[in-house]
Amino acid sequence: MLLKELSELNGVSSGETAVRHFIRNRIQGRVDRIQTDRLGNLIARCDQGKKGPLVMLSAHMDEVGLMVVGIDASGLLKIKTIGGIDERVLISKRVFVGPQRIPGVIGAKPIHLQEREERERPVKTTGLFVDIGATDRNDAEKDVKIGDLIAFDVQAGPFGDGLFKGKALDDRAGCAVLMNLMENEYDLPLAYAFTVQEEVGLRGATVAAYGLNPDLALVVETTSAGDVPPLKKHQASTRLGAGPAISFMDRSVIVKPALIERLVAVAEEAGIPYQFRESASGGTEAGVINQTRSGIPVAVISIPCRYIHSPVGVLNLDDFAQTIKLIDAFLRNIAQRGLPV
Amino acid sequence: MKDLLRRLTSIPAPSGREEQIRAFIQAELKDYCDELTVDTMGNLIAFKRGGKTKLQFAAHMDEIGVIVTAIDEQGFLRFSNIGGIRPHRLYAQRVRFQNGTMGVIGAEKIDDLKQLTLEKLYIDIGATSAEEAKTKVAVGDIASFDHGYLDLGQRVVAKALDDRVGCAVLIEALKRVTKPQNDLYCTFTVQEEVGLRGAKTAAFGLDPDLGIALDVTATGDTPEAPKLAMKLGQGAAIKVKDVSLITHPQVKELLTTLAEQNGIPHQFEVLPFGGTDAGAIHLTKAGIPAGVISVPCRYLHSPSEMVDLNDVEAAVRLVVATMEHPITL
Repeated sequence: MLLKELSELNGVSSGETAVRHFIRNRIQGRVDRIQTDRLGNLIARCDQGKKGPLVMLSAHMDEVGLMVVGIDASGLLKIKTIGGIDERVLISKRVFVGPQRIPGVIGAKPIHLQEREERERPVKTTGLFVDIGATDRNDAEKDVKIGDLIAFDVQAGPFGDGLFKGKALDDRAGCAVLMNLMENEYDLPLAYAFTVQEEVGLRGATVAAYGLNPDLALVVETTSAGDVPPLKKHQASTRLGAGPAISFMDRSVIVKPALIERLVAVAEEAGIPYQFRESASGGTEAGVINQTRSGIPVAVISIPCRYIHSPVGVLNLDDFAQTIKLIDAFLRNIAQRGLPV
Repeated sequence: MKDLLRRLTSIPAPSGREEQIRAFIQAELKDYCDELTVDTMGNLIAFKRGGKTKLQFAAHMDEIGVIVTAIDEQGFLRFSNIGGIRPHRLYAQRVRFQNGTMGVIGAEKIDDLKQLTLEKLYIDIGATSAEEAKTKVAVGDIASFDHGYLDLGQRVVAKALDDRVGCAVLIEALKRVTKPQNDLYCTFTVQEEVGLRGAKTAAFGLDPDLGIALDVTATGDTPEAPKLAMKLGQGAAIKVKDVSLITHPQVKELLTTLAEQNGIPHQFEVLPFGGTDAGAIHLTKAGIPAGVISVPCRYLHSPSEMVDLNDVEAAVRLVVATMEHPITL
């Protein structure tokens, strides 16, 4: 299962190599040309003999995680977070360290040794360390270097009633959507961008968009589903099972009304369920793409996902399938009718 | 000028919804420039030929506002801010949606004003159910303050004087300029309030030799005000620094000299908060010298902003003087 394979690969920001290799191997032969740009974005184009506006589809390969910033005398690893991680979710998680995937666990002072105040406060990353079972610093240095990236060790898979759990669904689910779309033929030039370093500041997309200079961009993301307690109904930005979420605005971009209208019209015509992302906070690659060169129109379609930026996220497989359908129908619509103005 | 300000401020145009104000300015300027274009982001660019140096002026068309994020079961609208808005400035205000629907902002019960956050506020459009609300407003709809224009003689009060006063200055300057000595690219920008977005892409497309933003600035001339040198009625403010920009020394020098030579009342502006389109312009491509001519304004980002017409006139004269001065950098 593609989603499972992608989820279990490690690709903490700046260490996306394994993800890039995997995608590259899978899509070889399905596209006209593949290129890795200088920052590491994987750009796959389907544009031979195609006329019309260039549409860029982007999904980021990287995930949030940790970095080794020190090794103490006893061989325990000091860590820092990469990307927005809630530090409270870190304790006792199993991890893989570095490109060799050295197994480790995130340790902290056990409850017996904690002072009363310590028990009442969440542990900060400075109080956490990764234990790779080394006997001392020298032993640890055989397997690990300062700067090595650390990803969660989580097995992904379907569960419950059509749901799927795994790490890094933000944004491997988006990558999987793009890879699925490549199976189809579209009558317009397309550039699929699998980007790097989104979680640390939308960095890959910034240069990918500059290089491609598309006429329209579509960012495929996951977004937090707030359909869990204790949130009130109006505080939930999206809900699992209600279809792909269309963004009208976030902190990084205001989507053109004409683009939203077209997406909605396409969804309704094709009978594809959709929801609006009922929030104006957060940000995606759409922000930097929109601000590229003389300005690029951009839309965002997200798969609702619970518990994102934690070791395990949950999405609905029907939302995933409907997202592919919606973008497929949207691309056919653009090929036929041109860009919305 | 009063009439122009009244008409400009009466048009609702929160960031991302600048169509109406753009159409108004387009109509206003069609006989006063060589070319009028609208770029991808929606910036309006009025071009007037005049000389070798490419001079970009930027005044933003957008204003702060609110956007509906959810409609609850009772038909109350939850919303988020567009641009910098303090919750206490919103409470009990009236807002108008693009389709004309009106509403008033209410708040959940709080014990202390410090607890007042945007999440505690809602818009009441008089609907008695979610179904009724949804016939008038949808999630993603955008509204702006609805507050009338107030003529206090030498000073006027209105919503959105930030930055319709900058737009008015630029419109008036384009109408008055007789012998432009530079190629003038007068840009009326979009989405300034959410991060100088229009100016950034406009400057990339134009690649000017010099950029000058026209915007409002805060004042220190009210009771217990922050310690700021700017005062209403003391003339056009030549920016020295804000968070987004340290004015290029040559640009500051140029504007100061032009003000002195033409006897234009002026003051200097150091603003410890905020930024303008010039911040985005000066970091474009390999760098563009930029500065700002500001109109001092009280009660910024409120439904009742106040400017002094003497300052507006001084700003117009300084812009015209810049347009008519052969600039070499």
